[in-house]
Amino acid sequence: MSNRPYVRPMAPSWYMQEGRYVRYMVREVTCLFIALHALVLIVGAFRLSQGPEAFNGYLQALWGPAGILLGLVLLVTTVIHSCTWFNLTPKAMPLWIGDKKAPGWIVVAAHYGGWAVVSLVILVLVGSL
Amino acid sequence: MGERQITLEVMRYRPETDTEPVFQTYAVPCQEEWVVLDALNYVKDNLDRSLSFRWSCHMAVCGSCAMVVNGTPMLSCKAFLRDLPDTIQVEPLRNFPIERDLVVVLDDFMEKLRSVKPYIVPKEAPATPDGTFRQSTKQLKMFKPFAMCINCLACYSVCPQYGLNEGFAGPAALALAHRYNADSRDVGRKAREDVVASNVGIWECTFVGACSEVCPKDVDPAAAIQQTKIASTVDYFTDLILPGRKVKGGPGKAAGGKA
Ligand code: SF4
Repeated sequence: MSNRPYVRPMAPSWYMQEGRYVRYMVREVTCLFIALHALVLIVGAFRLSQGPEAFNGYLQALWGPAGILLGLVLLVTTVIHSCTWFNLTPKAMPLWIGDKKAPGWIVVAAHYGGWAVVSLVILVLVGSL
Repeated sequence: MGERQITLEVMRYRPETDTEPVFQTYAVPCQEEWVVLDALNYVKDNLDRSLSFRWSCHMAVCGSCAMVVNGTPMLSCKAFLRDLPDTIQVEPLRNFPIERDLVVVLDDFMEKLRSVKPYIVPKEAPATPDGTFRQSTKQLKMFKPFAMCINCLACYSVCPQYGLNEGFAGPAALALAHRYNADSRDVGRKAREDVVASNVGIWECTFVGACSEVCPKDVDPAAAIQQTKIASTVDYFTDLILPGRKVKGGPGKAAGGKA
């Protein structure tokens, strides 16, 4: 080793400097919106516990312009977060069929399939279908 | 084959005179079939003998010529000029101290590589008459992709966690740990966990995934690390539910390790 190796500092804005880091940050940051989504639902459950009037107020707020905007933002961010993670699942959970590794898309497709089934069950349960 | 003029902007750092790295520009007449390493060798042979860089095999096997070309770490012997623009910027691998010009200090990686015991910790002598271990096709396939690493360190150059967290063992060392854990002849998994499952191991990885994107050997260190996280989590909860269970050294069912 030389006596004076030069250490290049990492830029504080490293995550803005390459497309791959930006994509990674989008995947990570959207988890905050998942938390927000959960909070909105918890508030709903709380308002429900306070009686029909409180719950109707909650529903009205959700159907107001700000509520719809929030709903759209939450929908888009939730979809981004879920899809980016689904697409990574083959790396964490490789599927072996006999002594062959199955193509990654099967693992991804299984996740989307599971998502569709769970959504369907919920829609049936709440009587929307 | 016609000649093409390219401009090579090379990051220089001469510890005797430079206080920080600077770019130096060379005009290189090159052949269409050349790679970046050929252009660097042209500079060294004809323009500037003081330029320092590592290389050996010129065939993507030795792993010594990795550097950052136009922002992306790659093997300079595999970086064809025909795929690159007329101005090419070459830097040493990021996240490592620069020794001189394009040569980086590798001591930290060597230390980390050693810490994960990157060799087979064998179980008892094989039962076959010729003294060799038998492995099924599947057992071989379980570790083979992770055995392709040539220690080029392109993955460390793009790993923000390695850049931010000095202690992190990093993609290639953890992929190699997984390579040996996943080998049916090995019983070293428990011994490796001291480092692999520690606060400098797999849990420092946030799955940026850049390592796997740049790896010239398709090793997929990100996959190796996530799979190790799952195995380590299963281990943790199994230990919790079955305290004092007989610990297998090997990586579980597929490898059939016995302790
Ligand atoms: S995992 Fe790939 S990129 Fe990393 S050192 Fe090994 S060969 Fe190079």
